[in-house]
Amino acid sequence: MGEVVIMKGNEALAEAAIRAGMDAYFGYPITPQSEIIEYLALEIPKRGGIVLQAESEVAAINMIYGAAGAGGRVMTTSSSCGISLMQEGISYIAGAEIPCLLANINRGGPGLGTIQPAQGDYFQSTRGGGHGDYYTICLAPASVQEMFDFVYLGFELAEKYRTPALILSDGALGQMMEKVNLRDDKLPKNDISWAATGKPKTRNRNIVTSLFLQPEKMEKINLGLQAKYKKIRENEQRWETRMTDDAEYLITAYGLSARIGMKAVDILRDEGYKIGLFRPITLWPFPKKGLSPLLDKVKKVLDFELNAGQMIEDVELVNRGRVPVSFFGRMGGMIPSPDDVAEFFRKEVAK
Amino acid sequence: MKEGYELIYKRPESLLRVHNHYCPGCTHGVVHKLLAEVIEELKIQDKTLGVTPVGCAVLAYDYIDIDWQEAAHGRAPALATGIKRIHPDKYVFTYQGDGDLAAIGTAETIHAANRGENFLIVFINNAIYGMTGGQMAPTTLEGMKTTTSPYGRKISEMGSPIKMSDILAMLPGTYYVTRQTVADVRGVRNAKKALTKAFQYQDRKKGLCLVEFVSNCPSNWKMTPLESWDWARENMFPYYPLGDLKTPEE
Repeated sequence: MGEVVIMKGNEALAEAAIRAGMDAYFGYPITPQSEIIEYLALEIPKRGGIVLQAESEVAAINMIYGAAGAGGRVMTTSSSCGISLMQEGISYIAGAEIPCLLANINRGGPGLGTIQPAQGDYFQSTRGGGHGDYYTICLAPASVQEMFDFVYLGFELAEKYRTPALILSDGALGQMMEKVNLRDDKLPKNDISWAATGKPKTRNRNIVTSLFLQPEKMEKINLGLQAKYKKIRENEQRWETRMTDDAEYLITAYGLSARIGMKAVDILRDEGYKIGLFRPITLWPFPKKGLSPLLDKVKKVLDFELNAGQMIEDVELVNRGRVPVSFFGRMGGMIPSPDDVAEFFRKEVAK
Repeated sequence: MKEGYELIYKRPESLLRVHNHYCPGCTHGVVHKLLAEVIEELKIQDKTLGVTPVGCAVLAYDYIDIDWQEAAHGRAPALATGIKRIHPDKYVFTYQGDGDLAAIGTAETIHAANRGENFLIVFINNAIYGMTGGQMAPTTLEGMKTTTSPYGRKISEMGSPIKMSDILAMLPGTYYVTRQTVADVRGVRNAKKALTKAFQYQDRKKGLCLVEFVSNCPSNWKMTPLESWDWARENMFPYYPLGDLKTPEE
């Protein structure tokens, strides 16, 4: 175990990227995640690596595409509106099958929205986000420690499957300070034999592309991608449960809403309700394996999100009508308290 | 070599022996060949990384035997920035048309130049969108008829044709900016010299090099190849004059 420090979520993410052996960061400032590029701009010149402020999110994601295609371990971060701008590049990166790490410090939308925390980007993060049939591995931290840890995990998964991995966080987790255990280990160099690094006489040229004009070839590429996604669905579902052993009621929530939901569970347990919480850690692949058995045991589910109800669609796809699922959420940067969640539960779920 | 014969011309080794998809009279093939020759003569095949655009040259990676990346429309300078930052000692170039470089990729082009990124942009300016079938480009000349300016480019509505090389030459971050053509033998020779210098200058790490080619598009200009060059001499070269816009102080 390494050092223990108190850090902001955004800074923990940036620190983890340096420690994990990131070669380059390209990004564009946007609230509430500008601390990431600021931290890296301060630290990387002292510790080695590349940090560059791009002229836009569009340029940043394409620098990521270039640097990752050239074999670099790279990361970019942004918030909602900026991530929307990056979707073109993310689709190309997924299509060209190269690894990179992305983080979305979710703010309220749609449009320019607000700089306050929200979870309105669940659909965008779990359904590909850009054009074409693809997914990005999506990790949802619920603490500053996980903001740190999921950088390592994100790089590992991205490189294992040669696909973009996305940390979906939010403005609250990015801004809040908590204790973090820092790892000291650098991730091992990944295989870059496929990358465009300069063609020696001993191998054929490497072409990093997502363009395949012949439909027969393009379908084959798509089938290959789908086979990879199947493997990821089989192997990489991650989740956490809280007091579900004897639970009759279940709260489903991720990220910040899971943190609030955990406290609501404590409050309701004190009142005698047999309630537990299911928290997906991977939003894609959605942890069906963890949720499905619970839905055979509980009577009712309360899905709680900081949006109008997005993850609830995945919960319902797993549920397939087995138990009633209610929804509680706030939008636009409004964050309900654990008491608000408990109150909704008492009135609308346990009635 | 057969006895009694003298080798005076050969296919550069890195130019792949495949049919290309370009139209008759198009000059992409000539510029590709020059690139392959320069890469061979400088012995940098294993150190050269190319970035292809969206446009007619999207499949350039099928023709030159080096490692490549394929960019989204206009984003080649951003990719090249990422590549060159990871491999500062490799030779990196983008190959872009006028729509790619001067319309959708304007921000990426200007900011890569302004940062003084140490790569080369090969800019093919034929004043039209070739691949999509002859639409107006940012470099389309005044009065020129295209499928999206069927009555001729009207400056009051569509603005003036943009002189990107002139704009880029003004930026401190560019090191070498030149406008060439492969319309004739002399042009081809000069262009090859320009490309050679532009690759060599990457060793100096002094900034972006840009070689613009004032080109033709017989198919979309609706002319024979010969007519297209007569038209280019009369109309393109006066507006986009050939020659160096910025040269390093030796």
